[in-house]
Amino acid sequence: MTTGGIRIKAWAATACALLCGVAWANPKPGQLNMPRGVTEWSERPYLLNNVALGVCVVIGVLVFGAMAIAMVRFRKSRGAVAEKWTHNTTLEIVWTTIPVLILVVLAYLATGGLTTFADTTGSQMTVKVTGYQWKWRYDYVEYRGKAIDKVGFMSRLDAQSDETRQLGSGLDPHAVQVDGENTYLLNVDEPLVVPVGVKIRFVITAGDVIHSWWVPDLGWKIDAIPGIVNAAWATIKTPGVYRGQCAELCGQDHGFMPVVVKAVTRSEFEQWLAQRQARAAPAPAATAPAPAKQG
Amino acid sequence: MGQHQDVYFVPSKSQWPIVAAVVLFLTVFGAGHWLNAEPGESGFGKTFLLIGFVGVLAMFFGWFRAVIRESLAGRYNAQVDRSFRMGMMWFIFSEVMFFGAFFGALFYARLYAVPWLGGEGHGVLTHQFLWNDYAAAWGANGGNGPARIGGSFETVPPWGMPLLNTLILLTSSVTVTIAHHAIKDGHRGRVLLFLGLTVLLGASFLYFQANEYMEAYRELNLTLKSGVYGSTFFMLTGFHGMHVTLGTIMLAVMWLRELKGHFTRDHHFAFEAVAWYWHFVDVVWLGLFIFVYIL
Amino acid sequence: MAHAATHDQHDDHHHGAPKGFFARWVMSTNHKDIGTLYLVLSLIAFFIGGSFAMVIRAELFKPGLQLVQPYFFNEMTTLHALVMIFGAVMPAFVGLGNWMIPLMIGAPDMALPRMNNLSFWLLPFAFVLLLSTLFLPGGGPAGGWTLYPPLSLQGQSLAYSVFAIHLMGISSIMGAINIIATILNLRAPGMDLLKMPVFVWTWLITAFLLIAVMPVLAGAVTMLLTDKYFGTSFFNAAGGGDPVLYQHIFWFFGHPEVYIMILPAFGLISEIIPTFARKPIFGYKAMVFAVASIAFLSFIVWAHHMFAVGLPLGADIFFMYATMLIAVPTGVKVFNWVSTMWGGSMSFETPMLWAVAFVILFTIGGFSGLMLALVPADFQYHDSYFVVAHFHYVLVTGAIFAIIAGVYYWLPKWTGRMYSEFWGKVHFWNSVVWVNVLFFPQHFLGLAGMPRRIPDYNVAFANFNMVSSIGGFLFGASQLIFLGVIVHCVFFSRKQALDRVWEGARGLEWTVPSPAPHHTFEVPPLIHDEDLAHGHAVD
Ligand code: HEA
Ligand code: HEA
Ligand code: CUA
Ligand SMILES: [Cu+2]
Repeated sequence: MTTGGIRIKAWAATACALLCGVAWANPKPGQLNMPRGVTEWSERPYLLNNVALGVCVVIGVLVFGAMAIAMVRFRKSRGAVAEKWTHNTTLEIVWTTIPVLILVVLAYLATGGLTTFADTTGSQMTVKVTGYQWKWRYDYVEYRGKAIDKVGFMSRLDAQSDETRQLGSGLDPHAVQVDGENTYLLNVDEPLVVPVGVKIRFVITAGDVIHSWWVPDLGWKIDAIPGIVNAAWATIKTPGVYRGQCAELCGQDHGFMPVVVKAVTRSEFEQWLAQRQARAAPAPAATAPAPAKQG
Repeated sequence: MGQHQDVYFVPSKSQWPIVAAVVLFLTVFGAGHWLNAEPGESGFGKTFLLIGFVGVLAMFFGWFRAVIRESLAGRYNAQVDRSFRMGMMWFIFSEVMFFGAFFGALFYARLYAVPWLGGEGHGVLTHQFLWNDYAAAWGANGGNGPARIGGSFETVPPWGMPLLNTLILLTSSVTVTIAHHAIKDGHRGRVLLFLGLTVLLGASFLYFQANEYMEAYRELNLTLKSGVYGSTFFMLTGFHGMHVTLGTIMLAVMWLRELKGHFTRDHHFAFEAVAWYWHFVDVVWLGLFIFVYIL
Repeated sequence: MAHAATHDQHDDHHHGAPKGFFARWVMSTNHKDIGTLYLVLSLIAFFIGGSFAMVIRAELFKPGLQLVQPYFFNEMTTLHALVMIFGAVMPAFVGLGNWMIPLMIGAPDMALPRMNNLSFWLLPFAFVLLLSTLFLPGGGPAGGWTLYPPLSLQGQSLAYSVFAIHLMGISSIMGAINIIATILNLRAPGMDLLKMPVFVWTWLITAFLLIAVMPVLAGAVTMLLTDKYFGTSFFNAAGGGDPVLYQHIFWFFGHPEVYIMILPAFGLISEIIPTFARKPIFGYKAMVFAVASIAFLSFIVWAHHMFAVGLPLGADIFFMYATMLIAVPTGVKVFNWVSTMWGGSMSFETPMLWAVAFVILFTIGGFSGLMLALVPADFQYHDSYFVVAHFHYVLVTGAIFAIIAGVYYWLPKWTGRMYSEFWGKVHFWNSVVWVNVLFFPQHFLGLAGMPRRIPDYNVAFANFNMVSSIGGFLFGASQLIFLGVIVHCVFFSRKQALDRVWEGARGLEWTVPSPAPHHTFEVPPLIHDEDLAHGHAVD
């Protein structure tokens, strides 16, 4: 009885984790659904995804079910004789109207999420993200109303992944691990450090070609476009390391420019920031490489 | 529309399509090679381009000669005539869409891209973070973007040459219509006169346009490279100019054919096709005059 | 009343094909021969594009780079898509249209036969140009089939790709003009518009889409060309342009383009299901109207490919709603197919099997499309394998399945012989199983966060990628059976096909002999409504 109960619980936990992705922050082998994410906003795409999926499954079952019945019942080999009718206005009106109603509901759910997402006002911190071939640059612009000077750095694929990923390196991707978690191609030399519980505004652009900044656990991606600035926001709820990747083809190493966000408590963050500012003060920090000329 | 006709026409096999495919291939292959060549290595590509181009002219000559012969031999019935008409109509529609792409680019640049770079509406952050010294404006005061690509320039005032050219094209539309009526009335002399006038008007349009270009390059520093203003200006007027060139050549051919007595009162589709084309070129110009020059 | 069609050369009078290989195949003005050329080209392109896909799937078989350099991988992705779209799917539909439209409307040929031949012959040259870039020092295009600047401007071979696209565009435009002129001008007396087969209707509407959007693509790539080589600034923000502008123009073409690849497929399925259900199509007018609405809507949804570029809020919302609307007319089609089957007397020969699979699997692809249309969710899905799964369901199990169904359906009419039903079914069952093994797991990969267009990935994605690759290899290998069936049917089959190949088949194409003679309907046929697929539909 007890063992059975435990087994069922374990099984249920795994199933839940696979389907909902709540238990883990980063992609897991066999993961089937979108992660629920760790921000105030990330639940919305997650729920919308599940609702839409559910709606599609139900419609699918009905439509394919009807087809299956038809294919069994109306076979010539079973002696079925073809009917002569060719249309039915009532039916046609019904199956035009019902989808419209379903779509209205979905549209309603989707629109609400959007207006929230578009609203970057009230943020307490601004980070500028710049995509380059093939690395990210992070500049801390402002924190709780105070401008930050000269805290910025490049963030690129970690050395171990980089070595392993070379064609015919003979190295095993499974061996690339941090704290027992596989981080092959999902780790960087220096992650973006941010506080939890703070509405962070990201202003995103690029220096050469279009990139896209994507961390699934934040619930969105947005393109980094040269010469244009896009904005998005996130309020991370739980501390942790959240990994993502560049999501817009940007040349040969597009697959090798991960995004890593390390969310820490506010006090830890403030400490970190102070340290960085102190370090930056004496020697002028390296500036971003000049945006490559286009054309 | 279920037509009633009792004779179908199916043309014989022909070598022209494959010739056309080959010469077009040579042309673009040569052009591609030329564009990609290192300085000093372009001879090969240029040669191919030239061969291809001459081939294209020869192909058109040969193909149309064959068609004209068939036409003169009375092989084309009313149905074939209708097919030709539809072909020409839809071809012109495709040309409309081609210009549509460039007009679309113009409107987008003026209504969105440039104002956004200047910080309007959606572009606030773009302006703030990347181009904060750029005051957006169309034309000479910012039409070449925040980097002032191509250096400062002046625009072509609409009420000089462009107005003249507008009048020329409008007049030519009238003369070509008179020529059309003359064909229907069987007045050969009048056809030759007014068609000839149309050709001359087309040629003078081109002459003035070429002058305008030279002036733009030499005196106004307005070039293809003058940012998006120069790009849209020269691509739109340039493609239009190419169409006028083509139209003028076709009109000239029609003049020669009229001289040879090819057209009859009710059999002169080639002429009509060229006239449609000419009207289309005219309408595009009106669009240009309004949206490129005046506004 | 009726006279024979006039031909202006003697050798064409004798109802046979011209002698001489060159004269017959290269100088042709015969819609059937040109149709055959298109179909053969399309098959070759399908195999070339498929081989590129095999390279992709092989590299993605397990984590780590084993086979190709990342740049080459990107070339494969780019060319795979370009070859499949412009080389396999579109020419296949044009080929089917060429062969069947004149037969279905009682016309002797296409309206402009020589232009028809030119439309075809531009394509092999365009593909030689495009594929030859693989062997250039700078490599081929590697910026994705969408050719987004500024990345595509870095490519050394941009000029060749752009010119190849120009040639394909010219070919498509001329092909579309020809189809419109044929349908509007060459229908036999009595073949009213609303009696035409649905396939003809879908092609008519598709042709409008082609003429409307191919020139726009030509414009877009021309701007790429001048931005790279002539210093214009269309897509350069520093010069007042905007990289996003390219995406708007491209997708103004690109979205109608995906419907160009599905509407004729809808037409094919609407021919096949009634035939094997032995029951007229349900809701003929609604079907035609639905296709027209889809075509109309396709012009106002383009930015659903751009939800992640940072559009203004209002634009996001507008394009989301417009996109969602397309589910309604598409649903009408699906429901009507099911209703056609309902109350029928069905048999499941190979074409019907493919058609049934189409209805189910295309609908699954449509469902994921609907999910993609929801902007907040698309912020997650975009540029992930979820999108790859979506479009392969609509393109492979949609467009390609429909084309294969059409080929099985009409192959006996073309060759005069039956293909092997047994091997046809082996082909079908293998394909339908493996294609799902190939593409279904990609939904999971995308949801778990795997971006598209990457040659290598984290080990968390390893299992499903391996499953997908195995499915891919076996699906690819299954297509060799298809090749075998075709070769057997064309060259070796002994089994004579009837004129009306399928018991339930209606339509003019079944009133001519099998194989269809070199020239048909030289005299406009007298239309009996019972001969037509829809002429006797009461409503
Ligand atoms: C044949 C090709 C084809 C077809 C038919 C479709 C059909 C649809 N597509 Fe798809 N699409 C592509 C080919 C196609 N697509 C390609 C190639 C891409 C990627 C391009 C690239 O980036 O490289 C793409 C990408 C793409 C995106 C962008 C994703 C992204 O990059 O982020 C979106 C977003 O909205 C989308 C939506 C849709 C929708 C809503 C439909 C609808 O038409 C589907 C409608 C059908 C149904 C919904 C099913 C049947 C309906 C019912 C049974 C009725 C009841 C249903 C409901 C009420 C839900 N598609
Ligand atoms: C009609 C269009 C079409 C078709 C038919 C296909 C067919 C296939 N595609 Fe498709 N694909 C696209 C259109 C299409 N694709 C597009 C538009 C993209 C986006 C590109 C971009 O991002 O820019 C894409 C991208 C794409 C990707 C993502 C690449 C990336 O993001 O990096 C993948 C990966 O699995 C893939 C796989 C396949 C496979 C396995 C098939 C299979 O169905 C192919 C099966 C056919 C064959 C295999 C050929 C026949 C058989 C042989 C040659 C015999 C030899 C083979 C064996 C013995 C194994 N395609
Ligand atoms: Cu950066 Cu992809
Ligand atoms: Cu689309």
